[in-house]
Amino acid sequence: MVARIVSEPMLRKFPSLIFIALTFSLLFCGSSLVWAQESPYIVTYDHYLEEPGSLEVEYFSTFGTQRGGNDFDAFWTEFEYGGTAWWTTEVYLAGQTTFDDSTIFTGFRWENRFRLLQREHLVNPVLYIEYENTNGADKILKEVEGHDVESDYAESNAVLRKEHDHELEMKLLLSSTFKGWNVALNPIVTKNLLPSERWEFAYAIGASRPLALKASPNRCNFCRENFIAGVEMYGGLGDTRSSGLHDTSHYLAPVVAWNLPSDWTVRLSSGFGLNDNSHRLLLRWGLSREFSGFGELVGRLFGGRP
Amino acid sequence: MRAHLAWFRAIGRIGLANIGIFIFGISVFATARALAQNEYAAAHKNKKSTYAALAEVPEKARGRKNPFEADTQAVAAGGKLFEQHCADCHGRKAGGARKGPSLLREEVQQATPGTLFWVLTNGVVRRGMPVWSKLPEPERWQIITFLHSLNSPSMNSQSENPGLH
Repeated sequence: MVARIVSEPMLRKFPSLIFIALTFSLLFCGSSLVWAQESPYIVTYDHYLEEPGSLEVEYFSTFGTQRGGNDFDAFWTEFEYGGTAWWTTEVYLAGQTTFDDSTIFTGFRWENRFRLLQREHLVNPVLYIEYENTNGADKILKEVEGHDVESDYAESNAVLRKEHDHELEMKLLLSSTFKGWNVALNPIVTKNLLPSERWEFAYAIGASRPLALKASPNRCNFCRENFIAGVEMYGGLGDTRSSGLHDTSHYLAPVVAWNLPSDWTVRLSSGFGLNDNSHRLLLRWGLSREFSGFGELVGRLFGGRP
Repeated sequence: MRAHLAWFRAIGRIGLANIGIFIFGISVFATARALAQNEYAAAHKNKKSTYAALAEVPEKARGRKNPFEADTQAVAAGGKLFEQHCADCHGRKAGGARKGPSLLREEVQQATPGTLFWVLTNGVVRRGMPVWSKLPEPERWQIITFLHSLNSPSMNSQSENPGLH
């Protein structure tokens, strides 16, 4: 019915709108909303997990320039659920539009994060394990791995989507918060599940700080404490045969998050390629909202205790 | 026969993988639910253990002074932060809810600011309370200031009935 109301060319032209609409219409009933204090990072992870029983729905978009091919807009939706105070699980659905080419679904990811220590320490480790089932046209660039370079993405979608990747990705999320500053370092190891493929390495580092450390007494949209600014840097580190900073891509990206009292978080990031192997520009934005008590809501639907 | 084999292969590649992922997803969610419920059940098994984390705070941390002790602005700011980050679990009036205990009880109200600050910073992860060090230190102290401002007879009477919040 909806497809009849919205014309087909419209759907073809703006498939990412459907992605957004689906994301935010799926789960808007029943759960209460919670004001989140989200970090501004888009690639780097700090050690903070989702609150237990809460679901965070996030939509992200990455516009990337492409030399030797068409620019693209990759987008993904994340459903992040806080299982316990030490475990968060998350599903991603990703797609992309390559201009003057096509729009395609590029796969899904399922990640889990486990807090390793119960209390806060100078450095807080969190174990990250992710399974990826994507095709070669995946351009969300959530991380740069191994020898990933810009030219890998220059082919048409029809060619790229023929490649299927089943990967296991592991990260050690090391993060520290001091005097309002958060510093995070993520060493990354990836293995394509085909035996012939090599282990690949990558990194992401970030630093951020709220613009004000003290809250103002009144609710306000533009208070300085609602903004968190920072910078992140990420790139590949080669693979088991040839490791290092060469023959791969690296990015530096100023980032900012705006945590609104109306429960929304807006993130912006402009990533600049640091070498000739990198896309010149990766413009990213994200929108997220947290739903508290989601676990209880679903439990009630299946006859659980109120 | 070959056609059947090809069909089974196709099922193996596509169908079973998707069914497997679905069952796995449901299992993960069910496990998460069960774990969370166990944690809550353990946390609320008896009232004394609910507040046991307060006794585990290191001596040095207990003695820390609240820089916003008599700051009325901090009470208002702390109230705002409490509503945004804490009320969902502990109730809008801090009287307790399904996920979090009352913060109006004597155990909390008599605790030193340093004790509460330490618990807020480190959480009680094994019982479902996340760490809150992501809030800057002054904001955490503002929340403590607000919590101690609740220490009045009228507010304490509500602690016996968490359903009031």
